[in-house]
Amino acid sequence: MRPFDYTRAGTLDEAGAQLGKTAAVIAGGTNILDLMKLQIMTPERLVDIGRVPGLDGIEADGDGLRVGALVRNSDLAADGRIRAGWPVLSRALLSGASGQIRNKATTGGNLLQRTRCPYFYDPAMACNKREPGAGCAAKEGVGRMLAIFGTSEHCLAAHPSDMAVALRALDAKVAVRAADGSERTLPLDEFYRLPADRPDIETVLGPDGIVTGVVLPAPVAGSVQAYRKVRDRASYAFALVSVAAVVTVEDGRIARARLAFGGVAPRPWANDAVTAMLEGEAPDDALFRAAADRLTADAAPHPDNEFKLPMLRRTLVSVLRETTGLAEPSIGTDRTDAAA
Amino acid sequence: MHTQLDVNGRAYALDHDPRTTLLDALRDHIGLYGTKKGCDHGQCGACTVLVNGRRINSCLTLAAMHDGDEITTVEGLGEPGALAPLQQAFVDCDGYQCGYCTPGQIMSATGMLEEAKAGDPSHVSASLSGDVALDDSEIAERMSGNLCRCSAYPFIRQAIHSVEGKE
Amino acid sequence: MTQTFKMDEPLPRLLDETRQGLIGTPMNRPDGPLKVSGRADYAADRLPDGTAHGVLVRATITKGKVTRLDESALAGIEGVVAVLSGPNFVRNPAQGMAGESPVQPGPRVDYHGQPIALVVAETFEAARDAAQRLVVEYDDAGGAEVDPDSASEVETDDPDATGDWDEAWGRAAAKVDVTYTTPGQVSAAMEPHAALAHWDSGRLTLHGSQQMLRFNRKELADAVGVDPSEVRILSPYVGGGFGSKLGIGAEAVSAALASRDLGRPVRVVMARQTVFDAVLRRTQTSQHVRLAADADGRLLALGHDDLVSNLPEESFAEPTTNASQFTYGAAALRFQQSVARIHRTPSGSVRAPGEAVGMVVLEAAVDELAGELGMDPVELRLKNIPDTAPLTGQDYSGRRLADCLRQGAERFGWAQRPKAERDGDWLIGCGMAAAARKNMLTKAAARVRLTGAGAVVETDMTDIGTGSYAILAQIAGELLGLPESKVEVRLADTDLPGASGSGGSFGAGSTGSAVFLAARRIREQLAAQLGCEPGELTLQDGIARGANVEKSLADLVQDELVGEAEIASGEAAKSHLSAGWGAHFCEVAVHAWTGEVRVRRMLGLFDIGRVLNRKTATSQAVGGMIWGLGGALTEELHHDPRTGHIANRDLANYHVAAHADAAGRIEADFVDDRDDWANPMQSKGVGELGISGSGGAVLNAIHAAAGVRIRHLPATPDKVIAALEAAGR
Ligand SMILES: Cc1cc2nc3c(=O)[nH]c(=O)nc-3n(C[C@H](O)[C@H](O)[C@H](O)COP(=O)(O)OP(=O)(O)OC[C@H]3O[C@@H](n4cnc5c(N)ncnc54)[C@H](O)[C@@H]3O)c2cc1C
Ligand code: SF4
Ligand code: FES
Ligand code: FES
Repeated sequence: MRPFDYTRAGTLDEAGAQLGKTAAVIAGGTNILDLMKLQIMTPERLVDIGRVPGLDGIEADGDGLRVGALVRNSDLAADGRIRAGWPVLSRALLSGASGQIRNKATTGGNLLQRTRCPYFYDPAMACNKREPGAGCAAKEGVGRMLAIFGTSEHCLAAHPSDMAVALRALDAKVAVRAADGSERTLPLDEFYRLPADRPDIETVLGPDGIVTGVVLPAPVAGSVQAYRKVRDRASYAFALVSVAAVVTVEDGRIARARLAFGGVAPRPWANDAVTAMLEGEAPDDALFRAAADRLTADAAPHPDNEFKLPMLRRTLVSVLRETTGLAEPSIGTDRTDAAA
Repeated sequence: MHTQLDVNGRAYALDHDPRTTLLDALRDHIGLYGTKKGCDHGQCGACTVLVNGRRINSCLTLAAMHDGDEITTVEGLGEPGALAPLQQAFVDCDGYQCGYCTPGQIMSATGMLEEAKAGDPSHVSASLSGDVALDDSEIAERMSGNLCRCSAYPFIRQAIHSVEGKE
Repeated sequence: MTQTFKMDEPLPRLLDETRQGLIGTPMNRPDGPLKVSGRADYAADRLPDGTAHGVLVRATITKGKVTRLDESALAGIEGVVAVLSGPNFVRNPAQGMAGESPVQPGPRVDYHGQPIALVVAETFEAARDAAQRLVVEYDDAGGAEVDPDSASEVETDDPDATGDWDEAWGRAAAKVDVTYTTPGQVSAAMEPHAALAHWDSGRLTLHGSQQMLRFNRKELADAVGVDPSEVRILSPYVGGGFGSKLGIGAEAVSAALASRDLGRPVRVVMARQTVFDAVLRRTQTSQHVRLAADADGRLLALGHDDLVSNLPEESFAEPTTNASQFTYGAAALRFQQSVARIHRTPSGSVRAPGEAVGMVVLEAAVDELAGELGMDPVELRLKNIPDTAPLTGQDYSGRRLADCLRQGAERFGWAQRPKAERDGDWLIGCGMAAAARKNMLTKAAARVRLTGAGAVVETDMTDIGTGSYAILAQIAGELLGLPESKVEVRLADTDLPGASGSGGSFGAGSTGSAVFLAARRIREQLAAQLGCEPGELTLQDGIARGANVEKSLADLVQDELVGEAEIASGEAAKSHLSAGWGAHFCEVAVHAWTGEVRVRRMLGLFDIGRVLNRKTATSQAVGGMIWGLGGALTEELHHDPRTGHIANRDLANYHVAAHADAAGRIEADFVDDRDDWANPMQSKGVGELGISGSGGAVLNAIHAAAGVRIRHLPATPDKVIAALEAAGR
């Protein structure tokens, strides 16, 4: 860790004023301290927003909810409203990290956590995300955890968040405060940038932007929701692939299918063509297989992670079977109230 | 910089480098070596303590972030001759071998039991609504943030089972 | 010095005569209350006034030379005290029982991650910062070979073989000819390697985390260039070893050197990433197994060849086929090892070197053979238990393998096991495997002191979680007729008699025997004082009885009685092959879509001779079984293909089994036995036996559940999926 000034912000305005190119927000600290200890992030000032009032609540927002940026991952997962109306979000959070980390990790920090690419974590190896233009050691290196979608020749890293995948499937928005104090809400696909030639810039937040919360739209009545995460051990591991699904079946047909995929892209991944194939159709194994094939048709894997294609396809098929009634729902698949 | 910590009911005023983690503050500044460092990166759980009653990894937080907070470490639960029931259960069930992960397991279990009592679900809960029955798979999932390389896992869970609901 | 007792032939079973009733019981560990209250004192758990903090710097080239340590970047860092390197710096930890310094390469770099310098500062924060900012200049030799499969330097031993291979192979009714691979693994003890060194009048004291102090003292002395008598090492609590702390390593040597240079205490604690980089790994292996049997399932030929790797100059080679050489017999046998010389973190002993990877594969191959023969795998194993050790012709000492197989099958419900059942999308199946691990007796000394108040056991033996504190107290208490509360055990100080240390599962048997013999000497003295033959003496609860006299020890022992003893291996080890034996049974669930594997239950039944403490032995056995489970399912080092460095050098990316992986019912038990040829207590090692074969049972269960053989470990979901898809599912 490089030396830094530690400041505690009392208000959002104060925090905004203290931020800048060489400063960084610290919320739970579970990701930024990890990286600072390895000098992968070297802010000269840490702005602790942990005690800024008003950011740690979950409040009604129309028919939806607004989740403050400082709400702990564990509190969000355990919230009764979330469990009933947005169960996929609870499930995704509960599949991530550990009980201790979830007690510390915040909603904003979780969205903004950095990749787990092993070369990003190793200052001895070239990494465009750490140092634009340095090269990408992962390309010809160990690539098990890398992405298969949305990468560029400059960076193949995957976004590690589970929570964000569920948020994508729920069509949630991120509330962002700019340096001038203005606030806007953005869908996840707009909040996250794809790497292109600047993999170091991961979101549209900018150096002095602050995430103030996440806005969940109204719950989807009568939906079956699932979060399925496949990983290298039974718990406390990042996703190899994950699937978040919010599916509604009406009159024997799939009325609505929102799907998002984790562990496979620089941001929670979604594919409209797959959704289009499913909606309006009767649940059917052949259809699910075709949809899964469509999903991975444009994957660009690293030699080490070609396995993610069949793994993602099979996980998707399994999730679709369970959320549409072709198979018994297993743990991780929950139904929301018919009349929400 | 200066930080005030309440550790196991005692007040400590620390003068420290802003970089000092809560873990290093407890160990090297306060001299409470019960809390262990296994990885320093949130990957093992050996450093688990309770902050204001909730379990966290003390390695991934700065001492400065805890000004005024109440910290409980394994030393605060009990001592030889006056062990807490969970500590005694670890001895009786052989819920350890080398003992290095043990303070973290015990603090984590202490926090975990409170979470379960509050009805918090886990990744393996069959349903997200209703009470939590702490069966072995529930305890295993909830304790998975505490690695034990000696692999005393079954005996750790036995110890936790044996005190669950007894207090 | 006391005379050394050589184990040449069986001794009477004194522990079956003594009356205290302590031996074998599930006594709680006496060190338990300290451990559960955070008061057990590990190497890094102290910071004497004036201590400076050292952080190791790694090499970031694979092969070449360090030409300059450029400290200019450290100029602005407050509190930097020194940057240290030089000819005494060690490349990697000493191999087990080396007794001399590990390689001291000077400026030469042999692998990416090699410790090359120590940065010392007033605070940990400053030392870590400076260590990361130190600029190292290299002369990069380039072209280092890092891949064992394409290495140009491969040393191949002459095969150990008997019988006419072609003939035996030729007349077989069923054959298996398969290649399995296992990846590199690490010990990953939860306590990172740590050392606090300070010098006082030319004498070095090191609080370290070490397994074998008798050797470590010599290694450290040699590394820093002083006489062993000038070195004292203390390791009263060790946060796990598993082989990784057998020999002295960079943390201890650099702390000692820095402390001498600076004239103040220096503490060096390895970062977790450094533990991965700079501590010996378990080699990856490639294993070619050939099995041939007649129609009745009798083995005709058994061949097991392996390729392992290590750095040039390292003598260690994973003894992959250890147990393959004596578990089963066959008309023709063949074992051949090749060692590829590559520039990766060097390899060494990791818990159950040899068996941990060799028995997984042998036992999976035997399962394949059972499939070929259409025979029950328990039956096949029972059929092939040889009369005498196949390669050496030795007699076996105690060997209850058949009982482990039969009774284990009974208790697990093997005959009624679920076969190709489904639970939703989970495919259920069961597998089994045998376990074997050579049992050894090594030189060990101990002293026992008896006063009217109780006994004290003194030896430099370590307790790395194995239960030494408990077991040694039980042995002394049993022999001297004292309850556990009256026996104190002092360990892990090189000023005490030199023990076996903890390694190779020989600690309890070897050092325990030294304590046994030392206590027996005291019994002889007590008998003499009481005026009876030693054989007539009974001791129980502090009362001595003999020759119709009864006296309390408090009355009998005026001055302290001291017994000291040393034991070493003797003729018995030549005449008899002593090993621990066992059988594993396992039920798994395999997800039909995602390829995830969950162990639902596992039972291990073991023959470890006399059980010294049922509780700690069970913990050791279950711990080993879970290691095997992790090896089969989750553990794998990933090496960068260009530099050879370990890409997953932390506990988030190297997956040791977590609670949830070991969430099923995992149980171990013992068939109680006495191995008369093993040692005077008739006990055998347990620390590594549980891991032997355990992963094989898991792999075999996967096959039973899902119909696929996973031959490249670990059986992660991607590999299970690939196998399922290859089978059209
Ligand atoms: C061992 C381990 C395992 C893990 N496993 C998983 C897993 O399986 N799945 C998973 O999803 N995650 C996992 N995580 C990651 C974990 O979820 C994140 O570390 C956590 O969510 C980050 O939240 P935080 O509040 O601690 O963030 P911090 O560390 O405080 O911040 C993270 C980043 O966000 C910025 N930031 C934080 N809040 C704001 C804000 N409000 N506005 C602007 N910028 C902000 C910080 O500057 C920093 O760059 C794991 C972490 C560890 C250490
Ligand atoms: S994949 Fe991205 S994060 Fe990984 S090394 Fe390449 S540029 Fe860096
Ligand atoms: S030391 Fe904090 S989690 Fe490992
Ligand atoms: S008891 Fe040794 S790591 Fe858990």
